[in-house]
Amino acid sequence: MYAQMVKSEATQEDPERLAAFQARIDAGEKIEPKDWMPAGYRKTLIRQIGQHAHSEIVGQLPEGNWITRAPTLERKAILLAKVQDEAGHGLYLYCAAETLGVTRDEMTEMLLDGRMKYSSIFNYPTLTWADMGAVGWLVDGAAIMNQVPLQRTSFGPYSRAMIRVCKEESFHQRQGYDIMMKMCAGTPEQKAMAQNALNRFWYPSLMMFGPSDKDSVHSAQSMAWKIKMNTNDELRQKFVDQTVPQAEYLGLTVPDETLKWNDEKGGYDFAEPDWDEFFEVIQGNGPCNTERLAARNKAWDDGKWVRDGLLAHAEKKAARRVAAE
Amino acid sequence: MSSPNAAYPDTPETRTRPKRHEWPLWEVFIRGQHGMSHRHVGSLHAPDEEMAIKNARDVYTRRNEGVSIWVVEARHIAASSPSEKGPLYEPSESKVYRHPTFFDIPDEVGAM
Ligand SMILES: [Fe+2]
Ligand SMILES: [Fe+2]
Ligand SMILES: [Fe+2]
Repeated sequence: MYAQMVKSEATQEDPERLAAFQARIDAGEKIEPKDWMPAGYRKTLIRQIGQHAHSEIVGQLPEGNWITRAPTLERKAILLAKVQDEAGHGLYLYCAAETLGVTRDEMTEMLLDGRMKYSSIFNYPTLTWADMGAVGWLVDGAAIMNQVPLQRTSFGPYSRAMIRVCKEESFHQRQGYDIMMKMCAGTPEQKAMAQNALNRFWYPSLMMFGPSDKDSVHSAQSMAWKIKMNTNDELRQKFVDQTVPQAEYLGLTVPDETLKWNDEKGGYDFAEPDWDEFFEVIQGNGPCNTERLAARNKAWDDGKWVRDGLLAHAEKKAARRVAAE
Repeated sequence: MSSPNAAYPDTPETRTRPKRHEWPLWEVFIRGQHGMSHRHVGSLHAPDEEMAIKNARDVYTRRNEGVSIWVVEARHIAASSPSEKGPLYEPSESKVYRHPTFFDIPDEVGAM
């Protein structure tokens, strides 16, 4: 997902305190920043929320790529608003992570030097305008699958950030699907572009949920803490079941010859994505990893004089105010 | 951010870490509609209060969620501590007579 393969930290604390903490979570209580929490819960959440925040921020790049080339002024304004929302999502999430005792700039530095990750999906290029449709429809669609249950997560600030994010996401998915509908109702060339975008984004979207976590110890701990609400396979299945009819409505073909409705399980059987490719992308060897990190580093470096200048100005103003009092 | 009465947690990491030179953190409060109180919505970073309000407008009111914004630097917020929850709130638990239902008023008296 936006937070993939988040390793959960083992925790060595007083068993009684741990049991009381778990009891609060089991009772559906929210954990707030100043409440006692296991060190592992804190560390895992910083990693997960930080990774989620970084994904929102890096996720602006593939779509930002098309703002200046949107086919109409209206499409341009819509895409701009969508990308601005993603910046907002990043900020809601950084703000939630900061309540755990880490600062936004620290997390940014960890993203820029590779100590923290962002979702694999944003390392794929956006080659045509139809990709703006596919990204909104599939990528935001997959994100919604994961974010909706996270509204009920145990950590208060994370849950509240997710509630804000979810309110804004359905606009994102709809604007993407709307682009796809338009392309599919257009010329044969336009429809072919839409099909091509689906072909390229289908498997990377399935990868967003992460590899099967049937045997993962980390998932079990995170699920007990309610910072992961469903298994990766559950969410992936839900996503496929929801998306296939939407593709059919568009008259597009999901690029999976094995795709078949399974009456018994009440869902589709489908092919797994290429997990070797996924691990390559996670390790930094996807098509756009270098470009994405370079863009973030450049923005951070280029913005340094602005951050420093505004801070110096604010401090000078504050000092003058104190002197005048 | 490390005083025990601050709104943010005091952890071994935050205590030992050297102070960083960053834009301060501001807590944002928004009045959603006329007649309502301001409500805490989150935080953001900005160099000063003017920029904090502008940033809050962009981050927290992109869909007309507010008619008024307050910002306050996070370090100025004093907070109660969760461990004092008992002593802080217990005194009010025994004062049932503060609620109108404590008193039986005969029906004949009418609305009261
Ligand atoms: Fe988002
Ligand atoms: Fe997104
Ligand atoms: Fe989105």
